[in-house]
Amino acid sequence: METVIKTERLSKHFGNFIAVNEITFNVERGEIFGFLGANGAGKTTAMRMLIGLSKPTSGAASIAGFDVYRQTEQIKRNIGYMSQRFSLYEDLTVMENIRFFGGIYGLREKMLKAKGEKIVNELGLASERNKLVASIPLGWKQKLAFSVAVLHDPKIVFLDEPTGGVDPLTRRQFWDLIYARTLEGMTVFITTHYMDEAEYCNRLSIMVDGRINALGSPSELRQQYAASSMDEVFFKLAREARRTDN
Amino acid sequence: MRTIRFLLEKEFRQIFRNKTLLPIIFMVPVVQLLILPLAANYEVKNINLAVVNHDNSSTTRELLSSITSSGYFQLTHIGSSFNAALNRIESDEADLVLEIPSGFERDLISGESKTLLVAVNAINGVKAGLGAAYLSAIISNYNQKLRLEQWDNAGSATLPVINVTSSNWFNPYMRYQLFMVPGILAILVTMIGGYLSALNIVKEKETGTIEQINVTPIRKHHFIIGKLIPFWVLGLVIFTLGLIVGWAVYGIIPAGNLLVLYFFLALYLSAVLGLGLLISTYAETQQQAMFISFFFVMIFILMSGLFTPVESMPTWAQTVSHLNPVTYFIEVMRMVVLKGSGVRDILPHIGAVLGFAIVFNAWAIVNYHKTN
Amino acid sequence: MPASSSQLLTFIRKEFAHVLRDRKTLLILFGLPIVQIIIFGFALTNEVKNASILAVDYARDEVSSEIISKLKASKYFDVETTSSSHLDILSGFQAGSAKLAVVFPENFASDLRHFNSAALQVITDGSDPNTANTLTNYVRSIVIDYQSENFTTHGNASGIRAEVRMLYNPQLKGAHNFVPGVMALVLMLICVMMTAVSIVREKELGTMEVLLVSPFKPELVILSKAIPYLILSLVNVASILFLSVFVLELPVKGSVALLFAESTLFIFTSLALGLFISVRAQTQQTAMLISLLGMLLPTLLFSGFMFPIENMPKALQIISNVVPARWYYTIVKAIMIKGLGIGALWKETLILGGMGMFFLVVSLKNFKIRLA
Repeated sequence: METVIKTERLSKHFGNFIAVNEITFNVERGEIFGFLGANGAGKTTAMRMLIGLSKPTSGAASIAGFDVYRQTEQIKRNIGYMSQRFSLYEDLTVMENIRFFGGIYGLREKMLKAKGEKIVNELGLASERNKLVASIPLGWKQKLAFSVAVLHDPKIVFLDEPTGGVDPLTRRQFWDLIYARTLEGMTVFITTHYMDEAEYCNRLSIMVDGRINALGSPSELRQQYAASSMDEVFFKLAREARRTDN
Repeated sequence: MRTIRFLLEKEFRQIFRNKTLLPIIFMVPVVQLLILPLAANYEVKNINLAVVNHDNSSTTRELLSSITSSGYFQLTHIGSSFNAALNRIESDEADLVLEIPSGFERDLISGESKTLLVAVNAINGVKAGLGAAYLSAIISNYNQKLRLEQWDNAGSATLPVINVTSSNWFNPYMRYQLFMVPGILAILVTMIGGYLSALNIVKEKETGTIEQINVTPIRKHHFIIGKLIPFWVLGLVIFTLGLIVGWAVYGIIPAGNLLVLYFFLALYLSAVLGLGLLISTYAETQQQAMFISFFFVMIFILMSGLFTPVESMPTWAQTVSHLNPVTYFIEVMRMVVLKGSGVRDILPHIGAVLGFAIVFNAWAIVNYHKTN
Repeated sequence: MPASSSQLLTFIRKEFAHVLRDRKTLLILFGLPIVQIIIFGFALTNEVKNASILAVDYARDEVSSEIISKLKASKYFDVETTSSSHLDILSGFQAGSAKLAVVFPENFASDLRHFNSAALQVITDGSDPNTANTLTNYVRSIVIDYQSENFTTHGNASGIRAEVRMLYNPQLKGAHNFVPGVMALVLMLICVMMTAVSIVREKELGTMEVLLVSPFKPELVILSKAIPYLILSLVNVASILFLSVFVLELPVKGSVALLFAESTLFIFTSLALGLFISVRAQTQQTAMLISLLGMLLPTLLFSGFMFPIENMPKALQIISNVVPARWYYTIVKAIMIKGLGIGALWKETLILGGMGMFFLVVSLKNFKIRLA
């Protein structure tokens, strides 16, 4: 089993404020790892360190074997990323977005065309391929964004609250896409607020006030906290948090 | 290199798809180039003169006719009350008042000297200065003529006279537009390059799309090049449009080598875009980018020698003017387009602009962190 | 209605918070007028001085040397002597190292002695017509001076003299023209830009819809956006007046209260114009480009303070009537420099107010339609 994400006492300080406090966890290849926590717990800050957007203050971490301090360029080549806020250019068409991001990751002309066809067909967007992204419904946008994020077959894909604002059926379809990828060996690192999605993960961690207070599979955590659902587990942990949004 | 190709594809697609932006970028400069040079005119003519005449003699009439035939002045009022004439100034109907004292002709003939009073509405210092100077010159010429007649009549030997002939090169009809059009074009191109590059990048910051780019393996400098090249091209296109307007509407045919001009332009655009880039690294919102750009553009325009000569500025201001890239561009435009200056003549300008390009871009790149 | 006035207060407070939090923009909003006053007050002048000229002396006799030393002594010129050829003139002009050349032909002095006349040739770089004309006139007057010093037989400076008196502005300080101009320019641009962008921003972010769905009247929303900028602009007016009175020594001849009242009216008109733009612009970028690109140069040129409106072609004079800044500039000049009161200014005031109302009414109509 290959460990694709390794962190050891990873921390981020902003002056006196400790946003991320010595988190330690590993993620194995092919896992779906849920990274949970209340708003303000430090999830986003931690993730930014993992994807090379922010330098840690202390501690160690490696992504796909590359060190987050010195090898951020290699990390970026081997990961995919999708944020809730933005992934695609609204004023470009479906195909143009695929072309752009594929080209950025070094895909060759032929490959780009082939992958482009594959994606639009898989997602049922074949007739929409020349429409501006701004004009397609949110659910499709999200699925497309995910497909674009993994266009270059990265080892790991980081998803930051990717399914906000869509109906349960669309979320289900989104997860089908995720599963398909993990079967091919991709690792998925996902943050989410939806506790039912937490159940879909192989393992997850829950951050509270900058620390990881729970780490394990959904069933392990339910047992540990004598809870009947992940909702309850989360509630029990988050209740003790001192930090909230603002 | 491939990444740059994809970046450029994306940028150009986005620019051309923006239906409101495109017309503004092309139309606004063209329209301004058509209208503004016609407005920017320092030629002073139609100066309104009110005359207070206390001496109704033929000498006075001769003097007045030489004044009005000069073409600079329009006689709007002639009367015998100084106050009435002053009222004309207050109501902006007159710019100057000329008062001719009583006994003017009689005293002159008897050899006394006479003083004429010229009262000038000096609110507009330029107009006032020039108006007073023209009037004084006409009076002095008339004086000269009178004295020559007097000496002639008195039978003395004629005085030696130095005739000053003047000829104006490069601009035979002394059209002020020739002077202003290249300068205004320079400013327009600068504004487009500067504003667009600053706003564009800050927009990506504001909407968060820049984060998505940051997570990809796109190199810092590739991203920046990908951002700058489209505006660089736009700058060249708009400049060309401007030259065409200059030729078609104002009859300005560049006297110098177009290649030299474009070479300089290419360098200059790199500097201006670099400045836009630099501003974008300091601005968090589009609004800030707009204000900071506006601030600099305002200062650049005023201190560039577009409206007032750099040589007349105090030393400290001249230094500031030489730290202003626009100053160099306007000079080069005027030199190459109007006078046919060559590469050797603009070497110092090339050097300066190259320096700006390097400093601005390097500074901006250092500022632009992909990683915190 | 007490309810809506406390609502209004809430909105105003929110808008103030937005504005005050943006330090960078604030710095520029307050710094810009100050910088402009400094530039106009101390750096810019239309006077031509320190001009580099070339003396091409083929004669090399006592007359030419004396005239050349007079030229050197003049503050208008920096003389570079050369005795070479006309080619130096062209290269000098092209390199920008000379603006005018004075050519003394061979046998200059002896021609004067034997034929009582000699020709002095003045060649100017006509690409800058104003400077060329002014410098030529300076040379002429120096030559006339030389003649009257050396060629009058009786040394009697009899004849006509003109005594020039400058009204309102005895020292010909440019301040009289530009302080009102700076006020007009700064107020108009800042108000237009700030309102346009601030409103469009809310449109873009979607928060505008939230506001409009609420029970608050849209007029209140807009009013609340205008008020902080109104206050800010009045602060700017005060700081400009302060600088004008104490640093530039240009006092306010008329009523300060009237000045502030008219300024408030102008600010209202500019804010309404900003609103007008914001209704049409879909994105911040568009709003900004329209303000920055489309309004900066025209306002500068059509307000009348840089170039006299009377000199412009009729068509442009008509256009200038549509520029609010032009009316405000006239009003401020009248109050500050001529000391006139509302009696003389009712026409301009009405026009300004009318423009403001027009923009406001049209915008409010469109505003409601657009977001319905």
